[in-house]
Amino acid sequence: MTIGIVVFPGSNCDRDVRWALEGCLGRPCRFLWHEERDLSGLEAVVLPGGFSYGDYLRCGAIARFAPVLEELRAFAAAGGAVLGICNGFQVLTELGLLPGALTRNRDLHFLCEDTELVVQPGPCRWLQGYGEGERIRLPIAHGEGRFQIDPEGLAQLERDGSIVLRYGANPNGSIADVAGICNAEGNVLGLMPHPERACDPLLGGLDGRRLLAAALG
Amino acid sequence: MPLYNARVKVSLRPSVLDPAGEATRAAAGRLGVSGIRRLRIGKAIEVDLEAPDRQTAQAQLELLSDRLLANPVIEDWSLELAEVG
Repeated sequence: MTIGIVVFPGSNCDRDVRWALEGCLGRPCRFLWHEERDLSGLEAVVLPGGFSYGDYLRCGAIARFAPVLEELRAFAAAGGAVLGICNGFQVLTELGLLPGALTRNRDLHFLCEDTELVVQPGPCRWLQGYGEGERIRLPIAHGEGRFQIDPEGLAQLERDGSIVLRYGANPNGSIADVAGICNAEGNVLGLMPHPERACDPLLGGLDGRRLLAAALG
Repeated sequence: MPLYNARVKVSLRPSVLDPAGEATRAAAGRLGVSGIRRLRIGKAIEVDLEAPDRQTAQAQLELLSDRLLANPVIEDWSLELAEVG
């Protein structure tokens, strides 16, 4: 089985994700151009970080209509594992595979730094390698990572155990310290931090390895 | 076919923090403009659209506004429509 990595015009973490999955973890990958529709033979699909379609209109708003994402809906509905990192998380919310929205950071800064995260894996397939309440460090790099959702939506996320990653020290004003959420079924995860940047000892941390390793069973 | 002109205004919902608006409000104070109680930044989108009648134009633009131009999770939108030719 292979992992698909979606490439939009403006994606810029697609090769980093491939390096982490293939180079560091030995998992086979295939790039999926945004106009492709063939997801056959894939066990997991990653939407990488970057600025899809220049982030025109809103982050992820144009990407949502990419042909590859029409197929991704069916893929996710059939239980396929889907991971959205940073811009990929923004795309998943625009697409409606995850609830809520990501808005401009509270203090307007583009934040590029390591953050401490508290993991509550719950049903999330991607996080089964982590302990309940485990604290890990992953880098963030975003200008629009402040998670927003209405009070009913937030209550639903809490009930479903969907808030699987929270910031230890909230850097961007996200509601309920949300850094990442998972759907109730456990197969779709979106997060603002970059696990692919924490898979090689040269980059100063390995806490992203277990997350990406979960892509193939 | 008649041509319609629409102006769609997209604004952040009142409950959503607008840090860019807050920063602009602070700059307004430094410019010497006082008394600003509220300053929110949104978008205005101009659309010219051909449609067989006003009702169709309205329906198309509502779909466009609700599904693409605005994200209802965080934004409200309003629409002004006029026949121009």
